[in-house]
Amino acid sequence: MSKDDKQGYLNIDTSMYQTRLSNKFLKRTPYKPADPRIILSFIPGTVLDIMIEEGQAVKKGEELMILDAMKMKNKLKSNMDGIVKSIAVKKGDKVSKGTVLLELE
Amino acid sequence: MPVNKKIRELQEKREKVLLGGGEQAIEKQKAMGKRTARERIMALLDENSFNEYDLFVEHDARDFDMDKKSLPSDGVIIGSGTIYGAPVAIFAQDFTVAGGSLGLMHSRKITKIMDHALKMRMPLIGINDSGGARIQEGVNSLAGYGEIFFRNTISSGVIPQISVILGPCAGGAVYSPALTDFVFVVDNISKMFITGPEVIKTVLGEEISMEDLGGARVHSEVTGNAHFFAMSEEECFEQIKKLVTFIPWNNSQKARMFEPGEPKPEYNINKIVPEDPTLPYDVKDVIRAIVDNSDFFEIMELYAKNIVIGFGRMGGRTTGFVANQPIEMAGVLDVDSSDKAARFIRYCDAFNIPIITLVDLPGYLPGVDQEHAGVIRHGAKVLYAYSEATVPKLTVIIRKAYGGGYIAMSSRHLRADFVFAWPSAEIAVMGPEGAANIIFRKEIMTAADPDAMRKQKVEEYKTKFANPYVAASRGYVDAVIEPSETRKFLMHSIEVSQNKDVPMPQKKHGLPPF
Repeated sequence: MSKDDKQGYLNIDTSMYQTRLSNKFLKRTPYKPADPRIILSFIPGTVLDIMIEEGQAVKKGEELMILDAMKMKNKLKSNMDGIVKSIAVKKGDKVSKGTVLLELE
Repeated sequence: MPVNKKIRELQEKREKVLLGGGEQAIEKQKAMGKRTARERIMALLDENSFNEYDLFVEHDARDFDMDKKSLPSDGVIIGSGTIYGAPVAIFAQDFTVAGGSLGLMHSRKITKIMDHALKMRMPLIGINDSGGARIQEGVNSLAGYGEIFFRNTISSGVIPQISVILGPCAGGAVYSPALTDFVFVVDNISKMFITGPEVIKTVLGEEISMEDLGGARVHSEVTGNAHFFAMSEEECFEQIKKLVTFIPWNNSQKARMFEPGEPKPEYNINKIVPEDPTLPYDVKDVIRAIVDNSDFFEIMELYAKNIVIGFGRMGGRTTGFVANQPIEMAGVLDVDSSDKAARFIRYCDAFNIPIITLVDLPGYLPGVDQEHAGVIRHGAKVLYAYSEATVPKLTVIIRKAYGGGYIAMSSRHLRADFVFAWPSAEIAVMGPEGAANIIFRKEIMTAADPDAMRKQKVEEYKTKFANPYVAASRGYVDAVIEPSETRKFLMHSIEVSQNKDVPMPQKKHGLPPF
């Protein structure tokens, strides 16, 4: 059924086994540690309001943006003290999950 | 004569209701490649075996002009009949009547036949084909669904419950199949999801087709919500009929015995496993070399292919099989395969079906995605399911059984009744490569030629530990057997375990890692 399963080798405890690799395995996203300075949208939605501007100093816990999603106005707060380096979206933008919204430094 | 007139009146009333939503609605159903509810029941059950109940049930809703609507049989057909002589209770939603939507009386009919099935201790088959809750009946529809889900749960593990998705089954409705034992889907006809594409688009802005979101393939290959995939309704019915021959009518019986038959000679059990332990083979060939008539009925064929589950017969008796599959992901255990195996083990245990486990795995699949997906919790399900099962448990270690995988795959320690190992078995804490790297680390690092030393140490470890004899010397393995002796040993083991009786500590129920 899954014609795009591929023949390959799987390394288990340094032994290499010849086998067919599954779609789920081949499509997995390699792990990248989260960068606390980059704020991603945790849910698809619409940017309702942006309370800060580039260059502004923010404190941990300060409200940065409001994301309208699932019939709720979700408040995005800063998780560190810093300065707003760049804002990647504007009011009214529709974003999908995992979109970069803004960067702090 | 008055009697004949009355009979004719009944026949006319019947004919009117039997048309369901009418010719036009039936045409629409056909145009979608779907059969009518009645046709499906007739195709599934033995000829002339169907007794229908509640044909004349009508709704009594009044809101939203419902009192002006006459819905034949309130859009669902219930009754009982036989499949190859086995009694089954059945309901089939009629999409031609108000889109098969569920209102109060519709749900009352379904719960009536569910109560009937439980009371009479016979299998229940539900054919789902419905647009969902009948909005006009409001909370009554929700009440209807709730009453169905409750009964699915109470009957779970007492009578076999089978769901067949032959149309939409969305929103709340989809929880009934999710609570049943086996879900059958048909390509391009089955649609299952909690929230549909329109809602997902409106609320989240994600675009996806109905088929890609919750079609038959998705549930068979990706979600693991479906257990049998067919290309047509005919194929689906053949699968259902075959399944019914393998399972008992309820949990206090064993499945029907059939005439035993030797495996087909084209499956030569001596020729299947390669000499090189890193080369794969299809474990289904091994199963076919063991079971009666080489007839293996696979379940969840398209999901977590690195483990194989299904039914076969040994000496005429239904037996459940769980086997690592070396040609897929080296037969490792991971999140999905653990779920697949654990669920099946518990099914066999609930319905008095012995379990044969064939072992050949290098371990668990490493990876951050696996760890973050909870492979700990999911893997534990297999250990739990095997330990808890009191049906006869037979294990054949074909080749690799390393580390946690050895323990999890129905080892003696989880109270397998008989553990056999082939001469090719390698029962060790780790593969030779990995083990040598850890145990002989110092020797390898300080050697003049580390590569040559590593090779030598790997060979040493292989000779000493990558075999069944160390485990056999401890009694962890009951017998080291030749492949050609496998069927004989398994048949005898199943015979002598017919009256197995194992006490369990008193408890309301355990806490498997959900």
